[in-house]
Amino acid sequence: MARITLDTLAHSYSPRPSGPQDYALKEMTHVWDDGGAYALLGASGCGKTTLLNIISGLVRPSQGRVLFGERDVTDADTAQRNIAQVFQFPVVYDTMTVHDNLAFPLKNRGMTPGAIAARVQDIARMIGMEDKLHKKARGLTADAKQKISLGRGMVRQDVNAILFDEPLTVIDPHMKWELRTQLRQLHREAGHTMIYVTHDQTEALTFADKVVVMHEGRVVQTGTPDELFERPAHTFVGYFIGSPGMNLFDATVAGATATVAGATIALPRSYAATGRMQLGIRPEFLSLADEGLPFRVTRVEDVGRHRIVRGMVGDTAASVIVPEGHPVPADATHIRPDPAGINVYADDWRVEPV
Amino acid sequence: MDKTVNHKAWFLVLPMLVVVMFSAVIPLMTVVNYSVQDTFGNNEFFWVGLEWFEETVTSDRVHEALLRNIMFSGIILAIQIPLGIFVALNMPKQGFWASFCLVVMALPLLIPFNVVGTIWQIFGRVDIGLLGFTLASLGIDYNYVNDVLDAWITIIVMDVWHWTSLVALLCYAGLQSIPQAYYQAAKIDQASRWAVFRYIELPKMQGVLLIAVLLRFMDSFMIYTEPFVVTGGGPGNATTFLSIDLVKMATGQFDLGPAAAFSLMYFLVILLVSWVFYTVMTNLDKREAF
Repeated sequence: MARITLDTLAHSYSPRPSGPQDYALKEMTHVWDDGGAYALLGASGCGKTTLLNIISGLVRPSQGRVLFGERDVTDADTAQRNIAQVFQFPVVYDTMTVHDNLAFPLKNRGMTPGAIAARVQDIARMIGMEDKLHKKARGLTADAKQKISLGRGMVRQDVNAILFDEPLTVIDPHMKWELRTQLRQLHREAGHTMIYVTHDQTEALTFADKVVVMHEGRVVQTGTPDELFERPAHTFVGYFIGSPGMNLFDATVAGATATVAGATIALPRSYAATGRMQLGIRPEFLSLADEGLPFRVTRVEDVGRHRIVRGMVGDTAASVIVPEGHPVPADATHIRPDPAGINVYADDWRVEPV
Repeated sequence: MDKTVNHKAWFLVLPMLVVVMFSAVIPLMTVVNYSVQDTFGNNEFFWVGLEWFEETVTSDRVHEALLRNIMFSGIILAIQIPLGIFVALNMPKQGFWASFCLVVMALPLLIPFNVVGTIWQIFGRVDIGLLGFTLASLGIDYNYVNDVLDAWITIIVMDVWHWTSLVALLCYAGLQSIPQAYYQAAKIDQASRWAVFRYIELPKMQGVLLIAVLLRFMDSFMIYTEPFVVTGGGPGNATTFLSIDLVKMATGQFDLGPAAAFSLMYFLVILLVSWVFYTVMTNLDKREAF
């Protein structure tokens, strides 16, 4: 086990990239602490899988270095790196039994049959397939196959890290929750570095201590779920995390006042940034009122715990969350932001007050 | 709910039925008809029952030809299947050279059978053939006309040259359909090259291999044109396979009755063996599971 460092790393699938648009991963330097449980969150095609494959050694980065501890493993193959990886779609060895599938990585590392049998039993219990150990993998359902893939990923105890590439896509929701809990438990027991790729924020926020959000080949923010929620570093994070995502309003910011759609609101601090200015306010920090930003209600969605009021501020769509028990006034014409929940963005990046 | 009963739609099948009768059923029944009758000429036939079948089953000549055929099919399957897999594994997976290899591999398959025979007949000749002449110049006593072993080697090498591409192309198609994730998972699991072949590539090729084995078996068991052109069934009867013998019997000696009985049994043997191959190969892994 070791700290994994990505040093000025970048990757392009084209042999002669002509510009930044050809890069699946833009230049980045990133450190994954030993023993951390990370979620790598981002929309499809943002480079999550590429990043994972670079860490595991399936893809060689076109630029930069990969370090395990102090050791440079950029050119080391997957076997030398000793990493486990679980893919999005189930990969099982059809002709083998479930038992042999789980034992395969251990056999390849030359473990003794006794040790293999014990470990396979443990893993089979963890994924709930003890009774199917002697079945052929071929005839199993997709989610059983994916559980085998997961089990194969977790079976080796000496790995440097375990990488999960959207592993629960094909698993049904109840089992998803259970397996995620198992993964958490495994993480606590074995202390492997785990990187869990997903585009599902619930999955990311429940699994990880630290969430890494990627957007268009870049890591835009790394932080705890709370940090991502309260202080999104990039408008993408604000929009991607939260349900519904953060409201973004084009604004002109002068000192401690902002003007949105003709209305002026006071900011808690002053800002001095320039560029395309936006205010980011989560629906949780907006409330319906008689004064504030002009708001036209278009729709109310009742999602059980609370209601989401959709509407327009000028030409911009906005959502407001009204907690359970609070009425939705039919004649609400304005929304009022909670000053603590206002983030200011310049050219999509969050700016700190002066 | 009452349905309108109207069987007139069956008439739509009629043209197809006529064509099949004309092209398959009637000719086959003619053969069946010949197989149970004898003639002394003048187009007068009389009933002999299963005599011709008994004669075929007990004929040494047929036994020998059958044995030769089994040996031939066995040898070419034992060479072409592993060789085809090996070639497919080593073909480039993409880019210019992949297309290049595919075209080159497909070439022998496009050559008419009798032309293949003629090519090898000339290629192997000691006086003007490149292969025969070269071997002779190297002091190797090679003569497919007189030497039984040389004749067999020539025919087998010719068949391997002609048909290994088919096996290789089928296997290549099978290999190309394996998702990249399997190879990645194998790398992660630190599998050896052999394990990748044994547990990923071979199982995924099983379907195409079944087709390859069936095609190559049926084809080699019915082989006629190429050995006929190269050796004419000789030296002696050393390369007289069932089909060559059958043609001799039917059109050479005009023994229509025995030839008909022979061909019917020939057909049944091919059907039977193909069925056995199919059943065994599709059940290979079911047997192990429980």
